[in-house]
Amino acid sequence: MSKKIKETVRTLLVEGKIRGFLGLIERDGHVMPHLFGDPQELEHLSLGDHGRAGDARYPLNQILIQLMRAYPEETFAVLVRGCDERGLRELFKWQQLREEKVIPIGLGCPEELARACECEKPFPDNLLDGPKGEKVEGQKVARVNAMDIDARLRFWKAEFDRCIKCLGCRNICPMCFCKECTLEEANLIDSGEIPPANPTFHLVRAIHMVGRCIDCGLCEEACPADIPLRTLYKKVAEIVSEEFGYKTGYTVDEKSPFNIIEVK
Amino acid sequence: MEFKTVLTTCPYCGCGCGLLLEILDGRLIGTLPSKTSPVNQGRLCVKGWSVHEFVTSPNRLIRPLVRKADRLVESSWDEALDLSARRLKEIKERHGPDSIAVLTSAKCTNEENYLLQKLTRAAIGTNNIDHCARL
Ligand code: SF4
Ligand code: SF4
Ligand code: SF4
Repeated sequence: MSKKIKETVRTLLVEGKIRGFLGLIERDGHVMPHLFGDPQELEHLSLGDHGRAGDARYPLNQILIQLMRAYPEETFAVLVRGCDERGLRELFKWQQLREEKVIPIGLGCPEELARACECEKPFPDNLLDGPKGEKVEGQKVARVNAMDIDARLRFWKAEFDRCIKCLGCRNICPMCFCKECTLEEANLIDSGEIPPANPTFHLVRAIHMVGRCIDCGLCEEACPADIPLRTLYKKVAEIVSEEFGYKTGYTVDEKSPFNIIEVK
Repeated sequence: MEFKTVLTTCPYCGCGCGLLLEILDGRLIGTLPSKTSPVNQGRLCVKGWSVHEFVTSPNRLIRPLVRKADRLVESSWDEALDLSARRLKEIKERHGPDSIAVLTSAKCTNEENYLLQKLTRAAIGTNNIDHCARL
C-alpha cells in the first residue's frame, strides 16, 4: 500500500487544504469509493487492486462532479490514474469541475494493467506513486481495421445484438454528464425493445464520446454482454485524432471538435 | 459533509448481485455495481442500476392497505394482520386448506421465503406455495 499517497493525503487533511479525499476504501474484503475526511480512515485505503491490478476501479470523477455540485466552494483531492487525469482535463474544459478546487493524487499503472488496457499513457503527469509506464501498442483496433467494410459491419452488428440495454456503459462512464440522454430519446431509439436499435443505439453513444472518452475501459468492464465497447471508442478516438488532430484529455487549453463553435 | 458507499444486495431478483449505494449527507444519490462481488463482478441489469430510485419513490407502499367498501384504506399492521388471519381461518374452515394459495417473492431473503412456506404448509396446511420468479 502506497505510503507516499497516504502521507500526502494525511498532510492535506491535517493542514485543512482539502475538505476530503475521494478515493477507495477496503472494507470486509470489498473495495468501494469513499470520501476520506478523517486521516485515521487512511489505514483502510485501497488503490483499486483486488484480485488483479486495477480490477476494482470506480468512476471517481463522476462522484466528484456530484460532490462539487453540492459543495461548490470546497476543495477536494481525488485519486487519479492516467485515464482519470485525462478525464479531469476534459471535465474542466466542459465546465463540470473547477480546476482550482481539485487536487489530483496521481497513481501510475503497472505493466500488467497497461497491457490489458492497451493504454497510450498509463500514468498521470501529476505522478505521486507507481510506475511511469510505457505506451502499449494496441492490437484490438488494428484487428477491426483489418476487416473489409462489410465484414466490419457484420462483426459489430453481431456484437451489438447481445445488448440487454442495461445502460451500464453510460451509467458508469465518468465522462457522461448530460442531464438528458439521447439513448432515452424515444423518437430515435424505441423504448421497451431488446436489443435496442442496432446499430443506432451504440453508434449514437460512440459519437457522443467524441472528445469525451478518455479510454478508462469502465464501460466494457460493466457490460454484462461482453461487447468490446472499448475497442469501439478507441476507434472513435483514432478517427478524431486523424481527422481533427485532437487527442482527448492530453492538453489543457485545446478544445475538442464538438466543443468549438465557429461563427462565419 | 459525508460521502460513502454502502455494500448491499440487489432486492430485485434471486441472483443476488452486489451493489453499492452512494450516500451523500444521508441522501441516496446513486447506485454502482460492486466490482468485488463474486456474483456480478461489476455488472448489473437495468433494474439493479436504478435501485436507488424506488427507495424514495412516493409510489412506494410503506403501510398496509385494507379494502373497505371497494376502497383501499391505510391501516395499522395490527388491523391488517388480524383481518388476514381471521379471513384465512374462515376460508380454510369453509373450503379446506387447498382453497388457499400463497405467492412469495424474489425480493425477500431466503429465510423469509422459508418462513412463508412453513406458515403455508404447517399452519394453513397446503402445498400451494410458489414464487414470483416462476410467473
Ligand atoms: S487506461 Fe488503464 S493503464 Fe491506462 S491509466 Fe487508465 S487504468 Fe491505467
Ligand atoms: S472508456 Fe468507456 S467509460 Fe471510459 S470514458 Fe470512454 S466511454 Fe466512458
Ligand atoms: S453495458 Fe453492454 S449490455 Fe448494457 S447497454 Fe451498454 S452495451 Fe448494452
